[in-house]
Amino acid sequence: MPEQPTTYITPELRAELGVERERRVSPPIALSDIRKWAIATYWPERPPRIYWDDGYARGTKWGGIIAPYDFNPFAWPVDDEGWARLMEVLKSQVKGDSADVPGSRGMNGGSRVRYHNPMRAGDVITSVSKLVDLKEALGKKTGLLLFTFTENRWTNQKGELVKVTVGTGIRY
Amino acid sequence: MAKLSYAVKLWWEDVREGQETPPFVRVTDLMNWNRYAAVNDEFIYFHMDDEAAKAAKQPGVFGMGNLRWTYVHHMLRDWIGDSGDIVEVELRYTGLNLKNDTLTAKGKVTGKRVENGEHLVDLEVWVENQRGENTAPGKATVRLPARGKG
Repeated sequence: MPEQPTTYITPELRAELGVERERRVSPPIALSDIRKWAIATYWPERPPRIYWDDGYARGTKWGGIIAPYDFNPFAWPVDDEGWARLMEVLKSQVKGDSADVPGSRGMNGGSRVRYHNPMRAGDVITSVSKLVDLKEALGKKTGLLLFTFTENRWTNQKGELVKVTVGTGIRY
Repeated sequence: MAKLSYAVKLWWEDVREGQETPPFVRVTDLMNWNRYAAVNDEFIYFHMDDEAAKAAKQPGVFGMGNLRWTYVHHMLRDWIGDSGDIVEVELRYTGLNLKNDTLTAKGKVTGKRVENGEHLVDLEVWVENQRGENTAPGKATVRLPARGKG
């Protein structure tokens, strides 16, 4: 039975708070990215026309196709150095790399998002993220839990704010 | 009265507190999860393989939390139509989405308000499974057109 840590929040991890961890720039969003996202997430039903029918979308308040608000233009990065840096910090709290080792497992704890402007084909999205809070709790089955709260601000190529997300990550 | 140049699906005035949104329902298995993994680059072993999920101390392969996030957005969008707008969503993942679960994204209006000229509706939102377990509680705010205001 691996030894349970008394805390995951080391000085090195705490030093990450408030630090811009990464700045990512998406490739230009393509109409087919939006269409495929909508089809995949509405499957097995047909997605709404606002996501794929330009003739229809032009007659809406949006004046054209928009991406679903949950759309992720950063999927399939060629490299991901910022996250790799955080993962290295988190891994440094873990002795060994077995899935049984406390701190080596992770889950998505949830999100809070404020939306400002929709994403459209041709948009290039910049994401700036930073760790904004750390908390710990004791889980019944999992032992010590580490909650990481990360803020992401997305802007488009015109400098307009697209959305601000605070995501909760859980490690145990 | 100002005339809008587009069709309105839902007016702010027609929403009442306590009203429930039409549910968004999906039976989930690898067909949903693999499609989501393909667009969101989320090919993680415990979403694909029972043994990997059990090694992560879970009962079996399970779906992405982000897919429930998506289902809540689709529920809201289907309700408000293209004339409304999603302003804010918050969701916590408190339970797992296991293979063959029927997930139902639901919403219930908790209040209406006008803020800085915007006509807003606040909702409790959640995703429950076929056993009636709430696996993702949360809240949301949408903006709707108001008659005479646009």
